[in-house]
Amino acid sequence: MAHKHDPNEKVVFVGDSRIRKRDYSNVTPPDYTAFPGKSEAFIPNFLLKEWMVGVVVLVGFLVLVISEPAPLGYPADPLNSAFIPMPDWYFLFLYQLLKYPYASGDYIVLGILGLSGLPFISLLIAPFLDTGKERRFYRRPIASSLMLVSLVAVAYLTWVSWNHYEHELEANGQVPEHIERKIKAEEAVKAGKPRPVPGKEKIPAMVAADDPAFTETMTQAQCIACHGAELEGGGAPALRGIGDVLSKEELVETITNGKGQGMPPFKETLSAEQIDQIATWLSQQKAEAAQ
Amino acid sequence: MFKNMYNWIDERLDITPMWRDIADHEVPEHVNPAHHFSAFVYCFGGLTFFITVIQILSGMFLTMYYVPDIINAYYSVDYLQHQVAFGAIVRGMHHWGASLVIVMMFLHTLRVFFTGSYKAPREMNWVVGMLIFFVMLGLGFTGYLLPWDNKAYYATKVGLEIAGSVPFLGDYIKELMNGGTIVGAQTLTRFFAIHVFFLPGALLALLAGHFFMIRKQGISGPL
Repeated sequence: MAHKHDPNEKVVFVGDSRIRKRDYSNVTPPDYTAFPGKSEAFIPNFLLKEWMVGVVVLVGFLVLVISEPAPLGYPADPLNSAFIPMPDWYFLFLYQLLKYPYASGDYIVLGILGLSGLPFISLLIAPFLDTGKERRFYRRPIASSLMLVSLVAVAYLTWVSWNHYEHELEANGQVPEHIERKIKAEEAVKAGKPRPVPGKEKIPAMVAADDPAFTETMTQAQCIACHGAELEGGGAPALRGIGDVLSKEELVETITNGKGQGMPPFKETLSAEQIDQIATWLSQQKAEAAQ
Repeated sequence: MFKNMYNWIDERLDITPMWRDIADHEVPEHVNPAHHFSAFVYCFGGLTFFITVIQILSGMFLTMYYVPDIINAYYSVDYLQHQVAFGAIVRGMHHWGASLVIVMMFLHTLRVFFTGSYKAPREMNWVVGMLIFFVMLGLGFTGYLLPWDNKAYYATKVGLEIAGSVPFLGDYIKELMNGGTIVGAQTLTRFFAIHVFFLPGALLALLAGHFFMIRKQGISGPL
């Protein structure tokens, strides 16, 4: 049975399929009169221009990527009490804001809901708060000034937070771990050694393990509680191979007066002779002697 | 030959109107940096998308080597950084791209704000855009933990403490994100899943909405 073909029918199907028959009779070229001036088609004219901007950004980006390798510190250690926590830079303003006394502790509700939540919610629903027809920012003084004040506040808080972090690093005599790690790796490679993988270094064997300095004095002083039963490290650094890192004088100083937040002073619990005995034995713990 | 192949597909699926709509739509003079240099501020949205594409591609390659468990995560990143050919470049692109995408998105948001482009009839597109912003911040937060070094670990710990101080819901949010009571193995796998499946899925859906609306409504007129 032949189908009748009505030329006025809007949708014409071919045969019994559901594929629309194409009609080339009214292909109108796009009309670029909606805006004044020199409009152009998105593809390829405008997209090529936008791609040029993209290329400039891409080149700058790749220069950054090649010149500054992505940082990597030391493996996460939940027992590390000296590490200064630092969120990524775009969270710093929030981190700093919630440190202030009126935004934390008893006022945490104000800090979270009032000073952080409210601005973000207002930003989310900005079109329903700023409902006037005017689009130019200088004719919208309330919206524009609120945004400018927020921008200044965010910039200031970020700066304060970063400044505080740098001062804290300086006060503790710390270098950010990813930098320390990079320097150590470079030194090792320069010295002709393989690049150290943090946490997987081979610890040298113990030298003179039957010395009473270790079997009696150090056991009695509970050194192994943190430094490990075989002095392999744990909550505190490994002591095997410590002779390569610290001199005997430095070891005496560390044991007597402690170091950082982890190592307590032992001048009350150990006599000067005992400390000297331990330091002498530790200073013999060298990788070369262990071989 | 390509023309024949195209025609063959087009006859069956009628694809011409779809891409002609995207290709032929009008780009007005006031957003075209070739006519007005100051119009480069209108490029930030496109650049955000460009960096997002870089993030998705580099991230796909990173997952070929990354292992999301607390014993191996750090060493897989170390291996990727130092042993894999171009690993440092791909990881560098993902690391710096994560910051750059925030910068671009921030500039795009400011452009839309100060040109008042979020006003009627484009309110919904602004809201979707802000949701994209929050998803991006979520991607930044979850991705920061994945290398499992001290910086990652302690930043996450602090971040989750802040989440825990939200009134009423804080403890639930914190435990949900922690996958327990401490930042540990569960947190890492959870953040990995959120970072590579949940949030990118949400991001792609929101981006589709964002682009559909800008296409439907057109770009806002000159000031």
